[in-house]
Amino acid sequence: MTDSASGDLPQRPASRRIDPAGLVIAAALAVLAAVLVWDASRLSSTSMYGMGPEAMPVVIAIGLGILAIANLIDTLRGNLPPRESADPKPVLLILGGLALLIAIIGLGGGFILATSALFVTTSAAFGRRAILADLAIALVMTTLIYLAFDRLLTLSLPAGPLERLL
Amino acid sequence: METFAALAHGMAVAVQPMNLLYALIGVFLGTAVGVLPGIGPALTVALLLPVTYKLDPGGSLIMFAGIYYGGMYGGSTTAILINTPGESASMATALEGNKMAKAGRGGPALATSAIGSFVAGTIATIGLAFLAPWLVDFAVRFGPEDYFALMCVAFVTVSATFGDSPIRGLTSLFIGLTLGLIGIDKLTGQARLAFGMPELLDGVEVTTLAVGLFAVGEALHVASRRHHAEEKIEPVRGSLWMTRQDWMRSWKPWLRGTMFGFPIGALPAGGAEIPTFLSYSTEKRLSKHPEEFGKGAIEGVAGPEAANNASAAGTLVPLLTLGLPTSATAAMMLAGFQQYGLNPGPLLFAERPDLVWGLIASLFIANVMLLVLNLPLVGLWVRLLAIPQPWLYAGILVFATMGTIAAKPSVVELSMLAAFGVLGFLMRRFDFPIAPVVVGLILGPIAESQLRRALAISLGDPIVLLQSPMSATLLGIALTALVAPFVLKGLGRFKASED
Repeated sequence: MTDSASGDLPQRPASRRIDPAGLVIAAALAVLAAVLVWDASRLSSTSMYGMGPEAMPVVIAIGLGILAIANLIDTLRGNLPPRESADPKPVLLILGGLALLIAIIGLGGGFILATSALFVTTSAAFGRRAILADLAIALVMTTLIYLAFDRLLTLSLPAGPLERLL
Repeated sequence: METFAALAHGMAVAVQPMNLLYALIGVFLGTAVGVLPGIGPALTVALLLPVTYKLDPGGSLIMFAGIYYGGMYGGSTTAILINTPGESASMATALEGNKMAKAGRGGPALATSAIGSFVAGTIATIGLAFLAPWLVDFAVRFGPEDYFALMCVAFVTVSATFGDSPIRGLTSLFIGLTLGLIGIDKLTGQARLAFGMPELLDGVEVTTLAVGLFAVGEALHVASRRHHAEEKIEPVRGSLWMTRQDWMRSWKPWLRGTMFGFPIGALPAGGAEIPTFLSYSTEKRLSKHPEEFGKGAIEGVAGPEAANNASAAGTLVPLLTLGLPTSATAAMMLAGFQQYGLNPGPLLFAERPDLVWGLIASLFIANVMLLVLNLPLVGLWVRLLAIPQPWLYAGILVFATMGTIAAKPSVVELSMLAAFGVLGFLMRRFDFPIAPVVVGLILGPIAESQLRRALAISLGDPIVLLQSPMSATLLGIALTALVAPFVLKGLGRFKASED
């Protein structure tokens, strides 16, 4: 399942221009490898025979290091697939919604308020402007979900002021 | 004959009224979620995992079987009606199926895909039932070094062999392996990569990773490029039923598709792309109506759909007998087993035969239900496709976060979900495959513990990996599969320059 290939990219011949994103990817992999080695160096090897807990992180770090170089070469050769322009605004809106959800759950605001906030921001990110109508839909829907899962399936979803009224 | 007795016993488990109900709910929910655009079977299983939290293992696995097949069927409905295959395995179906729908033959396209899935699923499940006990007899003799070698094969084939770029596939795999390191080391009790956060000591939840990468990542990806193109739903016009000619043209592709799908799915190679595209090109070559290909040939829907479903049943062979998931969906199924502390493999066949054979038997039942449910309910599924995009993705995200909130309502866990969502978005944007991350997270820790066990038995001598003929062969295969794409690519470049 390569979901990434959403079938929209026109297969242009690879341009020879170096894509800065590729350099960032290679650097990120190298940093990850360094973090693994640093973390592994803090572990004490206690096993008498065979591998200790630090062996595998080092092996994976070596793999990541090789892949960082391979990705770098791929980028320098201009092999990074071309991509369409992306609109950052909806992405930030959805991430804002997730942040709001996390804050509301963290502060004890409960399931209904938290997921409603996410619903409204996501829907706005996809171009809806009727925020109040969406808020009403969200409150009704998440209340029904709360009742179905919390009461019927006895999953414990976090309760806030709204849930205590039910 | 042992198989028949076991299967009959499994049937007896599966036809208990409560279990039949679970299978029905599973098929219904699986189709309903799988039909939503952009949601493939792996995400369907991940999103519906919370629904099964409170059931007993037997009932939950039976519901899983239904969700699995329902999700697959829902995916092909989307592929036919709006030409957005939720996963690459449905891409071949979308090629001809969407053309058929545009020509007003959406009904027969959906019908041949439903009946073909049924035929293929049934044959492949019979194959599973007969192959599994044989493989289990074989697998009980496996030592830890053999398991480790087998997982190396799975790592390589899942990430390197079949993707567009082996480098990007392997990068995804190693990100998954890194995530698998997080938490307490089971052998020595030391925390790895936890950075002093107690929430990380238990490691990364598979469902959090899968839902983050697939659901949140997909929502962010679609939102970021919403300004490019709107999807168009093809209405189902005309007769829903297949004509006599449709039947005549469909039955051979169904059987051929099954023959491609099951063996390739059953190999620890994973992926339904290869058999579906093999089936597509074979049908194109054998068809008496080659001129129709590209304009909506029914063979081009019947074959790949059968191959897709047969390979789905095929991937259950390594999953149930060896505990080896070779696709993202199989990885989610493994997560479903693990939530009950069950580990699929030869031991599970010996210890919980009722569970394993009940699951296999309910695959048959799920298949029948799928056929009975889906042909008449096509109208309902089409209406689900018409949910406006803003509400659709808002709803998906609510359900996606609900799973995590129900499992672990902590700020850290939800932040991880959001972080994995960003990771999934970036990976989609830069064309890295997602499935190897999930497989790496699940298989990495298992591979490590098998390797350490093997080395502990051999007193630290790594030659043990090559002394067992099984393990030596498998490691050889893994190495070949790792190197082959690079060599072939070199050959391809050589050829291209010759032209």
